[in-house]
Amino acid sequence: MASITTAIFYVFIFLSVYVQVFFFVTFLENRKKIVTRKGTIKLGYYPAVTIVVPCFNEEKTVEQTVFSLLNLNYPKDKLKIFLINDGSTDKTWEIINKFTDNPSVKVFHKENGGKYTALNLALENTETEFFGGLDADSYADPESLIRIMSYFQKDPSIMAVAPSVTVYDPKNMIQNAQKAEYHMGVYLKKMLDFLGAINVTPGPLTIFRKKVFDDLGYYRHGHNTEDMEIAYRMQKNRYKIEHCNDAYIYTSAPMTVKKLYKQRLRWIYGFINNTLDYRDVLFKKKYGNFALFTLPVGVASILSVIYLFSRIIYNFGNYLYSKFVILNTLGWHFITKISNFDLFFINVQSFSFLVILIYFLVIFAMILGRKMTEGKWGLSFGMVYFFPVFSIIAPFWLLSAVYNTILNRRPTWR
Amino acid sequence: MIDWRKYLIVFLITVALFLSASYVSNYFGNKKIDQLKSIQDQIAINILSSETQFSLLQESSCKNISGSVLSGELDELGRKLQWEQENSNSSEKVSYLKKYYSLLEIKDYLLMKKISTGCKIKSAFILYFYTTMENCSECEKESLVLSSLREKYPDLRVYSFDYSIDLSAVKTLLQIYKIKDTELPALVLDDEVLTGFHGIDELEAMVQKSFKLQELKPTISQK
Repeated sequence: MASITTAIFYVFIFLSVYVQVFFFVTFLENRKKIVTRKGTIKLGYYPAVTIVVPCFNEEKTVEQTVFSLLNLNYPKDKLKIFLINDGSTDKTWEIINKFTDNPSVKVFHKENGGKYTALNLALENTETEFFGGLDADSYADPESLIRIMSYFQKDPSIMAVAPSVTVYDPKNMIQNAQKAEYHMGVYLKKMLDFLGAINVTPGPLTIFRKKVFDDLGYYRHGHNTEDMEIAYRMQKNRYKIEHCNDAYIYTSAPMTVKKLYKQRLRWIYGFINNTLDYRDVLFKKKYGNFALFTLPVGVASILSVIYLFSRIIYNFGNYLYSKFVILNTLGWHFITKISNFDLFFINVQSFSFLVILIYFLVIFAMILGRKMTEGKWGLSFGMVYFFPVFSIIAPFWLLSAVYNTILNRRPTWR
Repeated sequence: MIDWRKYLIVFLITVALFLSASYVSNYFGNKKIDQLKSIQDQIAINILSSETQFSLLQESSCKNISGSVLSGELDELGRKLQWEQENSNSSEKVSYLKKYYSLLEIKDYLLMKKISTGCKIKSAFILYFYTTMENCSECEKESLVLSSLREKYPDLRVYSFDYSIDLSAVKTLLQIYKIKDTELPALVLDDEVLTGFHGIDELEAMVQKSFKLQELKPTISQK
């Protein structure tokens, strides 16, 4: 029994090292292609773009979101901004109506139906060649759109371009930990771009050719992750998605553990269920690295986190039990000997070194991502917070996403 | 379109990293074994030296000999051996070291018995037999009791032996006291055999009574 669990443990460690090395090799292969532009650029021509802001109870942030769009470095007559009130119950509708005077802005009101319905309403009214959304809690950097559009001009076969999303004004430990994670996300997304294997076209300012929706249909519910579902659908149809690493979008990250938990539960649930919906893609080589790398890696990481977590819980239970036995055997008056620290008692089995290696590669990914977004080398406090915050909470949202999936899908198995 | 070569190269790199990790692990593992070996050699020299000293000078040397108490080192060695057995891959080397350790314990026991009678030093001896072959929760509890007692009474010497160890000297001990594997844990206090679990209060009373060992005050208990 012990040898089986040890074998599984090493299999997961092998996979983790493999994935990290895979990203690292991809980085080494393509490092010269990562261009981070500074200042403004000019395009050959400026195609018209519609950007939609779906709003549901976003009174606190939507105004700044719209200002960030109006502030984009892009010809005003080429930019259409749709503000869609998805049945908000707060002052969102009042706030967005303040922008009706602006010729670029058009406001819509509809019954609440979920984000994807708001996006679809915008799609129905879109007449431009390019289309994108911006979540009402995110703010676009003035140069972001023009940099994204430059990708479309360089290669007509590109169908969607995702930006680099980072955390807006992080204040506490939870947000700083996420900032480090988003930095790593930027790096990983760029690597997935090189692999042609991006699996999310995030809500904050991914720009699509409108053709994508004309060919493949509009947004779907996608288990509340419509921005993942559309990316899966595009990958299935071999539509090219790229990542513009120097287009920055700042998003308001959850401030509390509870909100972070809810957000991640939705993401992971979306990942599991979209992957199940698109399971026929898995391991089929015609779908490229998306089917052979991105999806299997996601599934394996969920499994490994769950396995490691149960292992930790088991060890912790054992530890508590041993303390209980001591208490039970010796009573309260037992002598606790403070043993001196001895190097001898450091575990030197292979996995210790491999785990250290994995940590190094993860930190390296964060540092590179930070370099790609902030232009700075080095460690940040967020990286220090990242490990405790995510290693404690992540297993819970993973487990509960798996649990919810089993619960919700049960009827279809009968 | 799919770069299979890359998948293969990454696989090979990962394998290489695994091999390196196991090489490094082996290196440090061997260092630990070496450390244990050198502790054992040191203990062996000390025991042999005390033994020789005792034979040379007989009773007149009592003053000098009582100062060379070795059980602290023997304890440390025992703890490290146990940890190494639970947390490392080199179980063969460890079990070899464990045999050596058992032998040193027996030697120390015989010598200390001689010294304590010869020099009339108040001390108590417990031989403790446990098993690692099967899950013996009572053994674990008994070990806790004994370590606790040993900390309280520095002149109490506890020698622990793995029942299943393949060493003739230990087997002889088992024969002398007629200890069976069904009755573990087993303790020997002054030729009396106790089987099964015995709690701290019971053992403490026995140690105090039968061996007339006085509880030493903390100030003089550290030698």
